[in-house]
Amino acid sequence: MTKPICILDYGSGNVRSVYNMMSLLSQDVVISNKPSDLQAASHLILPGVGAFGSSMEKIKEKIPLDLLEELVVTKKKPFLGICVGMQVLANKGYEFGEHEGLGWIPGETKHLEVNDLPLPHVGWNTVSVKKETPLLPETKEDIHFYFVHSYAFSPTDKKTITGITEYGESFCSMVQKDNIMGVQFHPEKSQQAGQILLKNFISL
Amino acid sequence: MKKKRLIPVLLLKNGWLVQSKGFKEFKNLGNPITAVKRLSKWASDELIYLDISRDDEYDLRRDDLNTPNRHSIFEILDDISKSTFMPITVGGKIKTIQDIHDRLSRGADKIATNTQALIDPSFITAGAKEFGAQCIVISIDAKLIDGKYRVMSHNGSVATDYDAAQWAHQAQELGAGEIFLNSIDNDGQKMGFQIPLVKSVSEAVKIPVIACGGAGEWSDFAEVFDETSADAVAAANVFQHVDQSVHLAKKYLYEHNYPVRPPELLGVEERL
Repeated sequence: MTKPICILDYGSGNVRSVYNMMSLLSQDVVISNKPSDLQAASHLILPGVGAFGSSMEKIKEKIPLDLLEELVVTKKKPFLGICVGMQVLANKGYEFGEHEGLGWIPGETKHLEVNDLPLPHVGWNTVSVKKETPLLPETKEDIHFYFVHSYAFSPTDKKTITGITEYGESFCSMVQKDNIMGVQFHPEKSQQAGQILLKNFISL
Repeated sequence: MKKKRLIPVLLLKNGWLVQSKGFKEFKNLGNPITAVKRLSKWASDELIYLDISRDDEYDLRRDDLNTPNRHSIFEILDDISKSTFMPITVGGKIKTIQDIHDRLSRGADKIATNTQALIDPSFITAGAKEFGAQCIVISIDAKLIDGKYRVMSHNGSVATDYDAAQWAHQAQELGAGEIFLNSIDNDGQKMGFQIPLVKSVSEAVKIPVIACGGAGEWSDFAEVFDETSADAVAAANVFQHVDQSVHLAKKYLYEHNYPVRPPELLGVEERL
């Protein structure tokens, strides 16, 4: 029997959409925050929509963070953060005040600088793959994904940036440090492109 | 680069997918879930799902004996969110914050509100505060009356004092994330969009405007992008009649150099 994929449960709004898409790719997917499920999982996914601070509060309240950190940072289980789930990988976030993040990838989550363009940045935009990543195959063409956000993760070590997107400015839309990965867009809403990305993730 | 969007609209009346003409005549087109699966494969950018039922009866029994009987928009939403992986907007019968919550928790990404926002504009602000501006789409049904585009409420039956561009601007200031603009005059006519209406509204706001009502030819979509600053084009009827319709419309726009996602039938899968 294969090990389950665990979507971390802390009351995030898009957990059902992520679950629906993962269920197409694997027979064994759980939405959970139980220590035993985190331990048993082959892959961990942190979904997210909403603000940095309130998400971090809920993550701290619902998810056993010491265990999660041990599994991800020490034992190096494949981890994928989606949208706010990527943003909280930073040390700090500046949405509605200053908040501590998980700090697994050094950097800060800051407001997008877009000049006159409307925010939030909502819609289909392209991701240019800047560095080899197991999540997407190498391609000359940019790939379209669906975005909904006003803030973005800016990693200190630019080598962790695997994908960038243009909206007023260039921002980091994919990040990776070893087994820890994050995507600013929503693969669960990005049709086949998202499906390919998630399939690649669970193939790790 | 952020892309312009092509959005099929599904009109649901008492559990059935219907076609509308002038907001008055309706023709039954069948099972809405089958339709969603078809549109999802054809690389639509989003789906807008409008419940225009007058009562709360939903019945899909006639379609297929193997299809379980569904009684509510929620069960229909459950099915849709399992078969389609793109942003979904749901409108119709949304009166409270709880109504919004119920739809988002069943797989919708945004809700569209029309009459309730006109009755109580503070509903827009309350919704945006609770769920984020990107969740709140203001649906505007406009009709040309005495040379002005008047906003109509109650499924197009009651004229309000608002001018469409004025109401759109006010909705934006109150926290709306997007405007879904429908021309009652052009609805079901297949004669093209009401360009002056789309132009006036999209110039009045900074938030994205989705233009709807009147598409008959693929070039009608192009005309919206040529003549206005609308961010998206939407249609219901034209996508229900032609095989692979969304794909063909997308292909037309892509080949004529409009900034849309490439039209490949299977998305990126074939290219990667």
